[in-house]
Amino acid sequence: MPDERIQRVSMPKWGLSMTTGKIIEWFVSEGDTLAKGDDVVEIDTDKIAGTLESPVSGLVRRLVAEVGDELPIGAVLAVVAPAEVPDADIDTVVEEAKAAAAAGELDVPDEPVPQLVEVDGRQISYLTMTPDEPSGDPVVLVHGFGGDKNSWLFVQQPLAEERTVHALDLPGHGASAKDVGDGTLTMLAETVVGFFDALGIERAHLVGHSLGGAVSAAVAKAAPGRVASLTLLAPAGYTPDADAEYLRGFAAASSRRELKPLLGRLFADPALVTRQLVDDLLRYKRLDGVDKALSVLLPTLLDGDRQAIDTPALLDGVDVPVTVVWGAADAVLPPPDGVGERVQAGHMLHMEAANDVVRVLRSSL
Amino acid sequence: MARSITYREAINEAIAQEMARDERVIVMGEDNVGGTGAPGEMDAWGGVLGVTKGLWGKFPDRVMDTPISESAFVGAAIGAATGGLRPVVELMFIDFLGVCFDQIFNQAAKFRYMFGGKAVTPVVVRTMWGAGLRAAAQHSQSLLPWVTHVPGLKVAAPSNPYDAKGLLIQAIRDDDPVIFAEHKMLYDVAGEVPEESYTIPFGEANVVREGGDVTIVAIGRMVNTALEAATELASSGVEAEVIDPRTTSPLDLDTIIESVENTGRLVVVDESNPRCSLASDIAGLIAQEAFGALRGPIQMVTGPHTPVPFADSLEDLFIPDAARITGAVKTAVDWKK
Repeated sequence: MPDERIQRVSMPKWGLSMTTGKIIEWFVSEGDTLAKGDDVVEIDTDKIAGTLESPVSGLVRRLVAEVGDELPIGAVLAVVAPAEVPDADIDTVVEEAKAAAAAGELDVPDEPVPQLVEVDGRQISYLTMTPDEPSGDPVVLVHGFGGDKNSWLFVQQPLAEERTVHALDLPGHGASAKDVGDGTLTMLAETVVGFFDALGIERAHLVGHSLGGAVSAAVAKAAPGRVASLTLLAPAGYTPDADAEYLRGFAAASSRRELKPLLGRLFADPALVTRQLVDDLLRYKRLDGVDKALSVLLPTLLDGDRQAIDTPALLDGVDVPVTVVWGAADAVLPPPDGVGERVQAGHMLHMEAANDVVRVLRSSL
Repeated sequence: MARSITYREAINEAIAQEMARDERVIVMGEDNVGGTGAPGEMDAWGGVLGVTKGLWGKFPDRVMDTPISESAFVGAAIGAATGGLRPVVELMFIDFLGVCFDQIFNQAAKFRYMFGGKAVTPVVVRTMWGAGLRAAAQHSQSLLPWVTHVPGLKVAAPSNPYDAKGLLIQAIRDDDPVIFAEHKMLYDVAGEVPEESYTIPFGEANVVREGGDVTIVAIGRMVNTALEAATELASSGVEAEVIDPRTTSPLDLDTIIESVENTGRLVVVDESNPRCSLASDIAGLIAQEAFGALRGPIQMVTGPHTPVPFADSLEDLFIPDAARITGAVKTAVDWKK
């Protein structure tokens, strides 16, 4: 009979390709009292490091994993239980957890896999996560220029604890068709509306990052009844200012040497740009058709050295709640004064300050 | 979308996708089809290790068998390339270069230069290299230095399935003759490979592992051995950067120099015989270009200066292993410490 007072904190799965995680730093010690949502441990996924927030509350009885350990998804990292549970029982749980990890018998939930759907003659790839009993309108996550559905690795799963959450690859991106037609904002917004139609989504909360933020605003403008709310993360088109050199450089870069320094500008902490992150982007950029897709999309973002999109104009007359969040240290699309909330991050705030972004989303949805 | 397939399947898929994309792409070689109409043809399709299996069924007019006469059929492929086709010709073992080398180094490699850029020779010579298959001295060599030496040839030596597909598509689309060297011990190695077509540019090294204490440059199968060594070294506190040049010609010297400027130490791992090898070439280039950055002697880990032995135990000794690489790293790192 398992003691239900004993709770386990396990290795999370952040993103499609994560199979193991490496313990970088513990933020708690044995004997500390945890509240749900407290920072517990920093974990490196090979692509990027993230902070695990506690899924449970209680007294930390044992830290099972040590700094430097590389452990599979589902491996028990810490054991939380009230003080009255005897040490011997905790020891038993730890031994069982270690044996399970060694034998590869871990409690890993079924993984959703990306699906394909045809929208306007293009194959669109998307990943859906859904809880057993979804509540309210679903959420659709729209990535930015050069991004893909996997950029939501820290965000999609926590949101999917309550709602159905879809993350799609825009045309020209990820595993979607690389043909982007005329590459206009209208075409991208029509693709998102077509995606709603194809999946039978009546109405959804739209969350867009960067170019995806402007796309989301354009969807709300074009199809007002279909959007329950807009959450725009570092959206394109709020001011004319942009790091045009970054955008053009990203579109043109074909080697690690060109790409790596550019990617550093996306984060407040450039050390987050790992070898794997650069390699994944290079793998994307080498696919047939991506060069052309990015060069066709670039003028949608940029007019000379200035941003070509006017997002406030798109939002004019849009009658749904709009939440805007910026990374305070965004060097690519500098945040305008007095607009929206701030989190401590660069342009990739949903990767760099994922837990803060999730908190904002939980309150705005 | 990426899924896991083998090095062999990645090569097959690259050829199939390029044949579907471009009708000028043809496949030639021994036993690709298997002697059409002969008994046993079904078993023989796909060359000696089955790499091109299934292509004849998809493209019956563009996959052909050749006689066992490399000088004739490699020459024919080069001729077809000058005439506008894009042949992918299979030289079963790199050890057979000797019987068709004039066609490769003195004809194909020279046309663009001698005709002032007016001629192109878009031929790919796929060939198997490396020791480990118990195939004895005449089928186990690592003759990449021979072809790397020749201006006008490009030389790719993929170490994993992802690189195999991207480098082969690049090779087929390239207007210059390319020697595409497939390590025979890697055919069954699996890895993530996108279903879509993609190219990996020539002359762009892959930094397979980052580390600040020593740079290990390794080629082909030795990349995996170097990674094994790097894991062992990490447990003793030495962080190795592992670089896979992917193409030996053109060579991405800049990436190696940048790494050595950071680590101060270089170990080059190459299965070839040691003299005039890829190891001695890269060691020499770094000694000249980055001498000031070096904090210890450059180390070369290669096979010995002998033919590849047939006895299993001796063949195993011939091939550089992780222990020899960690030993070389320690020599470089401990120098005048």
